[in-house]
Parts: sequence; structure tokens; C-alpha cells
Amino acid sequence: MPKLPIPQALRKPSKPGVGNGAGPMDKAKHAPADLVGWVDERTGATGFLTGMLFRKVPKGTNWFYTLGSATLFAFVVQALTGVFLAMYYTPSATEAYASITYLTNEVFMGEFVRGMHKWGASVMIILIFLHMGRTFFFGAYKYPRELNWVIGVVLLILTLVMGLTGYLLPFDQRSFWATIVANNITATGPIAGPYLADFLRAGAEFEATTIARFYAIHMLAVPGLIIALIVAHLYLVVKLGTTAPPWLRAESKPKSLREEKVG
Amino acid sequence: VADAEEKKIATNDAPEKPAPAGYYEGETMTRRTAFAVAGQAAGGLAVMVVALPAVAFAVAPIFDSPEESWEGVGPLDDFSPDTYRQAVITIVDGIGESGKTTVYVRQGNPEINPDESPDEYVAISTRCAHLGCPVRFVSAASTFICPCHGGVYDFEGQVIGGPPVRPLDRFQTRIVGDQLEIGPRYSVTSDLEPVRARDPGEFTGGIWEYLYPPRPSTAPPP
Repeated sequence: MPKLPIPQALRKPSKPGVGNGAGPMDKAKHAPADLVGWVDERTGATGFLTGMLFRKVPKGTNWFYTLGSATLFAFVVQALTGVFLAMYYTPSATEAYASITYLTNEVFMGEFVRGMHKWGASVMIILIFLHMGRTFFFGAYKYPRELNWVIGVVLLILTLVMGLTGYLLPFDQRSFWATIVANNITATGPIAGPYLADFLRAGAEFEATTIARFYAIHMLAVPGLIIALIVAHLYLVVKLGTTAPPWLRAESKPKSLREEKVG
Repeated sequence: VADAEEKKIATNDAPEKPAPAGYYEGETMTRRTAFAVAGQAAGGLAVMVVALPAVAFAVAPIFDSPEESWEGVGPLDDFSPDTYRQAVITIVDGIGESGKTTVYVRQGNPEINPDESPDEYVAISTRCAHLGCPVRFVSAASTFICPCHGGVYDFEGQVIGGPPVRPLDRFQTRIVGDQLEIGPRYSVTSDLEPVRARDPGEFTGGIWEYLYPPRPSTAPPP
């Protein structure tokens, strides 16, 4: 093969023991590994990361097992687009609609970012239900994973709260009346219902601070809770491992039983 | 007693156990436990100092009673006893259109309801008693109809169809000079007896009304 005109620095590194290895280029080549080593020595991160990323999964793991990660991805999309929408949004009854029309029609790519947030919300709800269905039909909620099921149900409810509180924010006719109806449904709960509705509205009618209240719940309170619970949810997934699909378990059982006896 | 004395002596004779570290004579708690309890208590107090005002801040509107506000809607001659006339009033200040609501107003009509007199005026709220959508008065049918879930009310606001659990709310009215003024909202029972305003969907009669206690955020009934 003819020799290509490659700069010396980019050529195949010399074999160990050849050359002195102390030149600046040799040092530069080792920089990434040195940096990772420096961080690892001070955090022990690789042990944790390899344990998490290279954990064993049961035979039969299939595409259905990606629904949880897909829901997480949808949440991350919502969080990121939400941060950027917050840069233009004004949570006030007199200015909210104008700020939404401005960011949709005037801001560069505003329609796209808002569209991602709006449709992403529906996608996240669909994915979270599919993920829940997978867990249910594969029996993955059973011992020892009951607590993770409970955390998942709380995450589902919080996601629905996000949908409810986010629905008001564009403050068009649909938002307004849907929120009136949702608040009044809350109010029909016995004993606590009327007070809960007053709490959500900040008063007996749709008040001046209702939007700010919904906005605070939507972008601060609930996302914080969701992030904390996702961490707990993932910790338990890594800690307990995933379950095999139910159709595989029956097959492998007799074999493993016999092995136990022999052992 | 003698038995106990004997035991005491026996324990005195036994080789003395070393006192646990941190005990002074007569103490029931080690310094370590005392500091742990005091530290937890101080931490709890610090959390309370932050959390309680924050929670109170968020729930304060529940206990806030609104000022009674009256708003003129026009001269008395504008309103007839036979049909309703729309008026727009502001129920929440400072939030533009979303703080306004439509009210249907008519003069009292003893032919429709013997309890009414021509000297008083009836102001029907457009907030549907099902879930709060805006009803409209259809004069051809002489009924109030809700667009959301099909609630239908008769001329007096009594439910004649659909899901609402009680008649339409009303507003207090008063006459100032020759002007009609509209005041706070109140709810009515199925006999049109005034009660404190309730949110839509809540019962105003029977044993069910006890599920919905009165709220400080609403004005007392007339």
C-alpha cells in the first residue's frame, strides 16, 4: 500500500516500549484516559456506572422493556422544552394568551418548541400507560417489586397533574373552561372537596392568582417530585433487576429445580 | 423485703461493671442521647419555621372572605317580568374578560312564583350547577341550556334535564334610586330557598348537603 500523507500525530501509535512515550503528543493521547481516571479515582463512578449499564437482564427481554425508558425520554423532552417556553410565557390572566400567541407566531421556532411540549404531553401519557400495561401483563409488579409499582402509580398521578395544570396555561377558551370544569369536579369531592377547589383557585371564583398557582405547580412543585420519584424508581429497577417475560418462566423452571437438587 | 436486701448485697459483692461511657452518676440519659434528641428537635423546629409559613401562605385564600361588591346593571325599566335580559358583571377584579360573567335578570313575577313580588328582581347566574360551564337562556324554549353536558333548566332555573344536581345559582339584587344593582352570589335549594354559595356539582338539599361544608370564601346567603 502506498504511504498516505498522514500527519505524524494521527498515525498509528507506536508499540509499547518503542519510543520514549514522553513527548507532548504521546501525553496528549493519554489525556482522555487520564481525565476519566482522575474523576474515577475521586468518585468511584465507573463501578457504579458499569453495575448500572452492564447489569444482567433476563432471557427474553424484548422491545416492550423499552417503554419505561421511552417515558423517561418523553419526560426529559417535556422538561427541556418547558424550560424554553418559560422564557417567553407570562403567567397572568391578562397577558398569558398574548404571550402564548407571541411565542407561537413571532418567536423563531416557537411553534415547533411549543408543539413538542404540547404533543409530547400526550405522548408521555400514552407511553406511561403502555409501560404500566407492560408491567401489569408481564406480572412485573409482583414481589419484590411492589414498592416500585406504587412509586410508578404515584408518578402516573403526578404526570396527570402535569397534564391538568399545563392545560390552563395557554389561557384560551378551551383552557379556561376545561380548568373551570376540572376545579368543579375537584369541588364535588366530599368534605375536603370544596376547600381543595378553593386552594387550587386561590378563592371561590377563578381568581387573579389562579394561573400563577397552576404555573408554580406545573413547572416547580410537580416536576421536582417527579424527578425525585424517577430516581427512586430507577434505583429500584437497577437494584432488583427486571423480570423475564411470563412465557419464559414456565419453560426454565423444571431444569433449574433439578440442578438445585443435584447441587 | 429481706429477699431484696439479699439481692442487693449479692450485686454489691459481684465484680463491678464499668459504667457506660458518657454517664455521670444518677443520669438517666447519656450526653450522646441528649445531644441527639436536642439536635433532632432543633432540626424539626427549623423545618417548621420554614414549612408552616409556606403552607399557610398557600392555603390562606381558603380562609379569606371576599369583600361584598355591588355593581349597577341599568335602570329598573330595562327589565321585564316575562323574559330575561343579559347583563355583564365583574366578579373578580383585575383579570379582564375572565373576571366577568353574564347574568340573566328579570323582574319578579307572582304569576310564575307566588313568592315573588314585582318590587324585587331575580338575577340568575349562568354558571351551570353541574360543572360550571356557561348556560344560555333560549327564549323560544324558555329554558336555560348548558353546552357542555346537556343540563337544562326551566324559566326559574330549576333542573328539568341533564346532570345538574341543583337549580342555577342566583345573585343578590338591590334597588338604588332607579338603578338595579347586583351583589354576591348565592345558591338555592330545590325549593329555591337561599343558601350559602356552593361550587357547581355540590348538593344543596337532603343529607348530601352535609358532604359540602360552608366555605369562608363565600358570602352568607341573603
